[in-house]
Amino acid sequence: MTKIKSLADLRNMKADLQSKIALREKSDNPEGRVQIKVAMATCGIASGAKEVMEFLVEELDKRNIDAIVSQTGCMGYCYAEPTIEVTLPNQEPVVFGYVDSKKADDIIEKYIKTGELLEGIIPVNYEKID
Amino acid sequence: MAKFKTHMLVCGGTGCRASASDVLYENLKKEVKEKGLENDVQVVTTGCFGFCEQGPIVKMIPDNTFYVGVQPKDAADIVAEHALKGRKVDRLLYKDPVKKEHVPDSKHMGFYKKQIRIALRNCGLIDPENVNEYLAADGYEALGKVLLEMTPEEAIQIVIDSGLRGRGGGGFPTGVKWKIAQGVKGAQKYVVCNADEGDPGAFMDRSILEGDPHTVLEAMAINGYCIGATKGLIYIRAEYPLAIHRLKVAIAQAREYGLLGEDILGSGYNFDIELRYGAGAFVCGEETALIHSMEGHRGEPTFKPPFPAESGYLGMPTNVNNVETYANIPVIFNKGAKWFASIGTEKSKGTKVFALAGKINNVGLIEVPMGITLREVIFEIGGGIKGGKKFKAVQTGGPSGGCLTEKHLDTPIDYDNLIASGSMMGSGGMIVMDEDDCMVSVAKFYLDFTVEESCGKCSPCRIGNKRLYEILEKITKGHGAMDDLDKLRNLSNVIKDTSLCGLGQTSPNPVLSTLDNFYDEYLAHITEGKCFASQCKDLIKYEIIPENCVGCTACARNCPVNCISGERKQIHLIDQSLCIKCGACMEKCKFNAVTII
Repeated sequence: MTKIKSLADLRNMKADLQSKIALREKSDNPEGRVQIKVAMATCGIASGAKEVMEFLVEELDKRNIDAIVSQTGCMGYCYAEPTIEVTLPNQEPVVFGYVDSKKADDIIEKYIKTGELLEGIIPVNYEKID
Repeated sequence: MAKFKTHMLVCGGTGCRASASDVLYENLKKEVKEKGLENDVQVVTTGCFGFCEQGPIVKMIPDNTFYVGVQPKDAADIVAEHALKGRKVDRLLYKDPVKKEHVPDSKHMGFYKKQIRIALRNCGLIDPENVNEYLAADGYEALGKVLLEMTPEEAIQIVIDSGLRGRGGGGFPTGVKWKIAQGVKGAQKYVVCNADEGDPGAFMDRSILEGDPHTVLEAMAINGYCIGATKGLIYIRAEYPLAIHRLKVAIAQAREYGLLGEDILGSGYNFDIELRYGAGAFVCGEETALIHSMEGHRGEPTFKPPFPAESGYLGMPTNVNNVETYANIPVIFNKGAKWFASIGTEKSKGTKVFALAGKINNVGLIEVPMGITLREVIFEIGGGIKGGKKFKAVQTGGPSGGCLTEKHLDTPIDYDNLIASGSMMGSGGMIVMDEDDCMVSVAKFYLDFTVEESCGKCSPCRIGNKRLYEILEKITKGHGAMDDLDKLRNLSNVIKDTSLCGLGQTSPNPVLSTLDNFYDEYLAHITEGKCFASQCKDLIKYEIIPENCVGCTACARNCPVNCISGERKQIHLIDQSLCIKCGACMEKCKFNAVTII
C-alpha cells in the first residue's frame, strides 16, 4: 500500500472504491430508485436471463442510471422468458417478456429514461402482499 | 473488473462468531466457488447487525433478505437457491413473534423500522478489516477536511454546535470538553478513548469497535488535532479479544496509508494511537481511575479537580471520550452540525445506542433517535415481552441507573428526562423485566455487582454497599423488619453523598428506585412474608393439590432430594423440611397438581 499524501488523493481513491459498496448503500433505500428484478429460475437462466442481467448491470452503470438490479425466482411466465419486472419510483411494476440484450437496451432508453411503454408488456396477473 | 451482483453480508461480531459464523463464511465462499459464481457473488464479513438474539445473521444485497439463525450447513441452500436461482430460503427467514409469519426482508422488520443508525452506520455494512471499504463509505474524509480546511477552533465549534453529549454516561457536552482541553498548555497532550465497557448486559462499544474500528481512529485523530495532542491511547478490556484484534488491524492499515503517523495527508500534523489493556474493573470506566490504570497504578479514582484536561495521563493535559461519542464525530463533520442537531430533543441531540436485554423478544443492539419513548423501544423495536407476559419494569443505566415502570413508558428518552424519572442514560444498557421478576432480588443483583466492583477507597462505598446488600438479603429471606426500609433509604443517601466517584455516587440508585416504584413488593416481603414473583425461595412453598393429584409418581421420581412421598395412584405429599424448592416437581407434573404458595 502506498501512502495517501493529500485530501485530493483521498477523494480520488474514494471515487475508485465507492463502487465496491455502492450496491449495499443503494439497497438500503430502494424506494427512490429504479428497481429491476430478473426472473432467474431454471427456465429463465436457460433462455439467457443471466446475460440479460449482466447487460443491465453494466449498461445502467455506464449510462449513469441509479438502479438496483436483483434476481428473483420464477415469475410464472415461463413461455416468455427471460422476463424482467421494472419498477420506476412511485409507480406500479411493469413486466416485460422475451427480453434479450437488444430489448433490454430499448427498455433502458425508452421506458426507464422517458416512461414510454413498449411492446411485449405482460399484463400483471398477481398481487404483491406487503 | 467484474461487478458483483449479489453481496452476502455475514455477521462477524462476537455473538454470531460464537455460533460459528466464521465457519459459515468459509462454507459460503466454498459453495460460491463450486457453483462458479465467484464473479457474481461477494461474500463479506461485517460487523454486528444488532439482531444478536437470532444470530448468526446473513443479509443478502440488493434485496435485503435477512436470514437468521444460519448454521454452517445452510450455506449450500443459500447459494444454490438464493444466489443461483433467486429463490429465498423460507425456513431461514425471520419469523414475526406476534404474527408468526416469515418476514421477507429487513425493510419489513419492526426491529429496524424506527432505528436511525449514525454511530452504527457501518456496522453490518462494511468489512471492518478492510480499510478500503471504510474509505468507500466516506472514511477519513472528515479527518482530511478538518486537517486541511479548518483551524482547531473552527472544528471545535462544529462539535459544540452539533450538541453532541458524552455517550459514556455523564452526558457532558463533548465540544465544551474539547475546548477546555485545548485551552490548557502542556508539553505533550493526550487523547484517550474509553473502551472500558462494564455494565452487565451492555455491548455497544464492543460492537462499534468490532464493526467499524476506523471510525474511532479517525475521530481520535480529529480530537487530537483540535486540542493539540499528537498521541492517542485506547483503553480497552482484555476480555474483548476480537475488538482488540480488529483495532490492531485497523491501526496497521491506517499507518500504511499514512492516515496515522507523521504528516497526515500532507497537513504537517502528526498523530499516532496505541492500545492499553484493562483487566476488566468496572471502576476503571471512571476517567481518573482509567488514567491511573493506564499509568500502571491501581485503578482507583482521585478527586476532581484537577480534571484530566489539566492534569491527566502522566500529569499531562488529557481528553477522555467514550467509543460511541467518537463514532458520531466523523458523521458530524461530513453531514454538518445542523443536520446532527436536527435529530433528537432540545437538549439531547442525535441518537443513542442501547443494548436491549432481558425478557424481550428481540434481544440485541439498537440505535434510536433521542426522544423516542420506552414504549416504542420495547414494544415496536423489541417486539414486546417474551412469552406474552406482562411488562413490569426496565432498568436503564445499568448498576448506576434505576428502574422505570409502566408510568414512564411514554416519556421521551433523553438525558434529562431519564434523570427526572429517577434513572439515568448511563452507557446504554436496557434490561427489561416482566411479572416473573422480583424487584427486591433485582436490587440485590445490582448491589452484588457493585460490592464486587467497588475499589474500596471510600468507606461509604466499600462498607455501605455491603450493608445494603445484607439488608436486602435479609428481606429476601423473610427476616426483614419495617425499620430496614428506613435504614436502606438513609444509608443509600449517605453513600450517594459521601463517595468520591460515580460508582459510589450512583450505586444505591437501584435500591432507591425500586423502593420508590415497588414499595408494595418490599412490604409484602416484610409484612406478609410473600414474594409476588415467587423468586425468593425462602418465602415460597411447593404444595400438592390433593384434588388434582392422580398419583402418577412423576414428581417423586424427579425430586432430587427424595422429599415427596406417596404410593402409586395415591395422593402425594411434599416434606417441607427437606424440600430445596428447586421446582422440578412442578415442571414434571402434567396435571397441574403442584402449586406455589
